[in-house]
Amino acid sequence: MNTFVCIKRVPDTSEAEVKVDASGKDVDSSKFSFDINDADNYAVEEAVLIKEAKGGTAKVICAGPQDADVMIRMALAKGCDSAIRIDDPRINVLDPLQVAKVLAAAIKGQEFDLVLTGCMANDDGAMAVGVALAEELGVPHAAMVKKVEVGDGKIKVQRELEGGIGEVVELTLPAVVTIQTGINEPRYAPIRGIRQAQKKELKVVTIDDLGLDENEVNEAGSLIELQKLYIPEVVSNAEIIEGEPEEKAEIMATKLVKGGLL
Amino acid sequence: MGDIFVLAEHRQGELRDISLEMLTKASELAPKMGGEAVAVLIGSGVDSFAEKLAGYSDKVLYIDDPLFADYNSEKYQKVLVELLDSYKPEMVMIGHTTQGVDLAPALAVEKKMPFVADVIEIEHVDGKPRPVRQFYQGKVNADIAFKGDAPYLITFREATLEVPDASKQGKVEKIDSPLKEDIEYRRFIEYVEAEVGEVDITQSEILVAVGRGVREEKNMAMIEELAKAINADICGSRAATDAGWLPHDRQVGTSGKTVKPKLYIAIGISGAFQHLAGMKAAKTIVAINKDPEAPIFTVADFAIVDDLFKVVPKLTEKLIELRG
Repeated sequence: MNTFVCIKRVPDTSEAEVKVDASGKDVDSSKFSFDINDADNYAVEEAVLIKEAKGGTAKVICAGPQDADVMIRMALAKGCDSAIRIDDPRINVLDPLQVAKVLAAAIKGQEFDLVLTGCMANDDGAMAVGVALAEELGVPHAAMVKKVEVGDGKIKVQRELEGGIGEVVELTLPAVVTIQTGINEPRYAPIRGIRQAQKKELKVVTIDDLGLDENEVNEAGSLIELQKLYIPEVVSNAEIIEGEPEEKAEIMATKLVKGGLL
Repeated sequence: MGDIFVLAEHRQGELRDISLEMLTKASELAPKMGGEAVAVLIGSGVDSFAEKLAGYSDKVLYIDDPLFADYNSEKYQKVLVELLDSYKPEMVMIGHTTQGVDLAPALAVEKKMPFVADVIEIEHVDGKPRPVRQFYQGKVNADIAFKGDAPYLITFREATLEVPDASKQGKVEKIDSPLKEDIEYRRFIEYVEAEVGEVDITQSEILVAVGRGVREEKNMAMIEELAKAINADICGSRAATDAGWLPHDRQVGTSGKTVKPKLYIAIGISGAFQHLAGMKAAKTIVAINKDPEAPIFTVADFAIVDDLFKVVPKLTEKLIELRG
């Protein structure tokens, strides 16, 4: 089994305040901490598990800046064999269909049985790149997968539907599968792996190296256009509890008990 | 031209709410676009769905064929490509659901359609539909314009609007499936029911819910103390169950359980829409989060904007004291 796994570097904004910058088309990311996208981390683990069980290779693909090398090396330390990073500021990361085109160009012409992506990126939440990538590669796909069983020339996967129901489908290989979080338990990189990762190949390419015309993947060539970013009005009817943390806790406890909410 | 196609969604014999939600939005937009709101239904044994959809649309186009007994995005894609070529709608709406996200991006690539995913609102600007979507888990909104030519494609988020009573009588048109043979490269095998755990959180009166803000498993001890003090069950966001702090059957949200307890205390949960959909029906919601802009506060009754590690132990202590 030869597997490619596509990963993205994203900011952790779960507890961070997000502000729109002066351009009105981007956010101020100077205070964000970045790491591998959650679902992609599970996809890396799944690629390594498949390689361990079935043999073959697990290769990483990433479209992103040099800062992404840290998380790429981490994927290599966990057992991936090599990586390609497409480093090109012309890529319009706001259009998932264009990102899919870039990833497809990096994979086309190489032998593969399976391509894994995370099912959703934490930053844009579009859930589109993996499925679009399958269409670009001309292979079948299944999205939001929480279980993978590799067979002979086929793969059986369980998709996660609403309400926790599973849907089992069988795909003919090669195929693209988008991985849902929780499918496995991502490992920590072993020390030996971290050392070995430094020696593994991490090839950096541009869209020209991939034979792409820049108008296929840049902002001008996109069929959609970001006009404006803005912070949504948080319409909240909540009663805001004021004071020092301890006071807030006391006020809240009193409201719960005296207000008959328990 | 000007028509809006809405792909009706159904599973295991039930029409899903998103179908009517999208038709409600399409019915509002279609007159501005000089067209009709058209429900597109693909399935097997779905006459009753066609009738129901007619109450919310100007027209129902439907295919009833055993080939579509179970959902298969690859088959749907083939059918939709044919329908787009013959009927030439201006816009296509598909649910941003587990069905829709498995279909729409591939359709967009094949038909080179301008595509925006996870849309929460559609305005009509300069003679064109103009979607609004979000970034950073609901913290930023984005107005996105379609630049390319119609048909435009969007996936529409669930539960963004109320569906009124049926008020239309769309004409129902049954058509033959343009797809004649089954496909081999993707086959539906079976459904697997959701896991059942020892506590059924859908029945809980009081829930303490944890999210990413709790940071690590060892901090769950603090949460358990709070839960014990008020006889609550513990549940969590996807982040909490993925991290293994809680079993999967304790997950609240679209891919987990929908709960409606008397009291829901959300601790360190930012409130992605998937989570809100599963808990906003709770009678009273208390949210504790550091970020004042966290979407969880849009559904909260009481907001504590602060460090949960300072608030929660004190809250537990005070609750024990007051309850004797």
